[in-house]
Amino acid sequence: MATQTRTLTGAGAAARRSEGVWRDAFGRLRKNKLAIAGAFGVLFLLFCGLFGPILAPWPYQAQDLQAIAANGNEPLAPFQNMSHPLGTDQLGRDIMSRLLDGAQVSMTVAFVVQLVVLFIGIPVGAIAGWLGGRTDTYLMRITDVFYAFPDLLFIILMSVAFRETAFGRALNGVLLVFVAIGLTAWVTVARLIRGQLLSLKETEFVEAARAIGVSDRNIVTRHLLPNAIGPVIVAITLGIPTAILAEATLAYIGIGVQPPRASWGTLIAEGQGFIRSYPWLTYLPGFFIALSLISFTFLGDGLRDALDPKLKGKQ
Amino acid sequence: MSLDLSPDEAARINRAQRDVESAKSKNLLEVRNLSTQFFTPDGVVHAVDDVSFELGYGETLGLVGESGCGKSVTALSLTRLVPNPPGKIVAGSVVFDGVDLLKLSPEAMRKLRGKEIGFIFQDPLTSLNPTLTIGYQISESIRQHMGLSNKASVDRVVELLSKVGIPRSRERLGDYPHQFSGGMRQRVMIAIALACDPKLILADEPTTALDVTIQAQILELISVLSDEFKTAVLLITHDLGIAAGMCDRINVMYAGRIVETGTVDDIFDNPQMPYAWGLLDSLPRLDDVKSERLRTIEGLPPLLINVPDACRFNPRCAYSRDICREREPQLTPRGTGQHVARCWATEPGGWIG
Repeated sequence: MATQTRTLTGAGAAARRSEGVWRDAFGRLRKNKLAIAGAFGVLFLLFCGLFGPILAPWPYQAQDLQAIAANGNEPLAPFQNMSHPLGTDQLGRDIMSRLLDGAQVSMTVAFVVQLVVLFIGIPVGAIAGWLGGRTDTYLMRITDVFYAFPDLLFIILMSVAFRETAFGRALNGVLLVFVAIGLTAWVTVARLIRGQLLSLKETEFVEAARAIGVSDRNIVTRHLLPNAIGPVIVAITLGIPTAILAEATLAYIGIGVQPPRASWGTLIAEGQGFIRSYPWLTYLPGFFIALSLISFTFLGDGLRDALDPKLKGKQ
Repeated sequence: MSLDLSPDEAARINRAQRDVESAKSKNLLEVRNLSTQFFTPDGVVHAVDDVSFELGYGETLGLVGESGCGKSVTALSLTRLVPNPPGKIVAGSVVFDGVDLLKLSPEAMRKLRGKEIGFIFQDPLTSLNPTLTIGYQISESIRQHMGLSNKASVDRVVELLSKVGIPRSRERLGDYPHQFSGGMRQRVMIAIALACDPKLILADEPTTALDVTIQAQILELISVLSDEFKTAVLLITHDLGIAAGMCDRINVMYAGRIVETGTVDDIFDNPQMPYAWGLLDSLPRLDDVKSERLRTIEGLPPLLINVPDACRFNPRCAYSRDICREREPQLTPRGTGQHVARCWATEPGGWIG
């Protein structure tokens, strides 16, 4: 034992710090300028979504009739009058306040939809991948059906079918749209998790875990899912812009958020009739949609690079 | 155990009970006619074929043979970890501490794994989960089987880590496997195997993935700790040199069968099976300066599909005669005590005396 102790203290004596997988990935993410820009965009939008109603100079539905009357019954342009920094619409409603309200809707969409995706996608994918065989076949065919069905059509059908139920009216009809978007988006995560588990369950550490009597359930939740979570985080982040865009599209055609509440999609729809005379009514919400899509996409791409162990040490 | 004992005390009582049990001179493990087959598209592979052996309390038994002889499948069969499908244990019994493991419910079997039987795998690099701290991975079986509180299990893990020779063990609990060298990771694996003070450890080529100096340390550690914990060890290896240093008895396995069993002295001084001679001949020797190349056994172990009723080693055997191709020899006694071998040529009245 004497030789052993000697070599061991030698090996352990080097100064070292505890460095987890996440800290490692964060270090790589920090070097990616686009991803950091995206992260700041995301933080800005989250801030708008969380504190928008507090920061907004006006309630989103309030009409400042005096202001537009003074302007010859025309909407105020941005920076024309500092009590309405980004101007008003033709009804005298403050654009900045409405954009902030829209930010709240979009950020809620971003996260509620991804929650639905996680709650359906991870269990379905994990069960299919772990059990394999017939269960896998059935679950994956169901997934294929969801994948093949046109997303917008599905969401519109769901909104129509459930419009009059309590669920359809919850949160001013918004919840229904969120859940419907989530129901079209979980397939990607389910497939991802399944693929990961199919390869991970053959690894030796699973055999080792079995050999010490870990239950199947704990093997999946404690040993396999943490190993599969990297690609899922990426898929979730990249799924957010899709969800935001879907919500905006639906709002544009009048499904989901109902007036007088504002969503970026409804703002565009309201403004497009006046695009020649008052272009800011369309451009400003359009800019916010673009900003959120670009921010989340850059961040997602950065996360993909940072969490991919094959890229370790590069860049 | 309902009393409020520290893990250390509990372990000591455990070991005292074990002394009493071993005094009854019953075997800890009795494997009888174990057969494991793999059902593949090409046919049924008889990976383990009618294997019987026993292992006493605290004894170290070697299972040696080339790759593909069924050693690992035997170990997996004992704990019922053979992947199914395609593998299946088709016959036999595995009586462990008076209980036939093959008749247990899957749940009861799961509770026994890690608690009564520890497992050390070949490759410590892939047998540890890269996303979990080693503290978690060692404490997993403790929490699973011993029902200790978090604090008590941390103390137990620290104790185990220092037992297996990892310095500053308390600080290293939060480290991940990639922060350890291969030898250190194998120490962690040993700590996991010993975590619940098991009666038996199955060590499946524990040093194959390690370099020779680390190999010596790890073997030393296994042998010291198995003495201290009074744990029986089934050591699977292809290296007769390792088996000689570690084991009390050796089983030589070939093509899914045990072909020779005896004490280390029996096998090394008086091997009774040409396959064992081949294995011994292929050990590198320091005192043999003349031969430049290592000697090998010509050929490969046979595919275990449609095995004929013949000595399985005969195609590679320099001494084979017609009878070797016509009928399979049985394990018959040689000389003293428990030494048995499966060979027509060395049987009494055979052509090699």
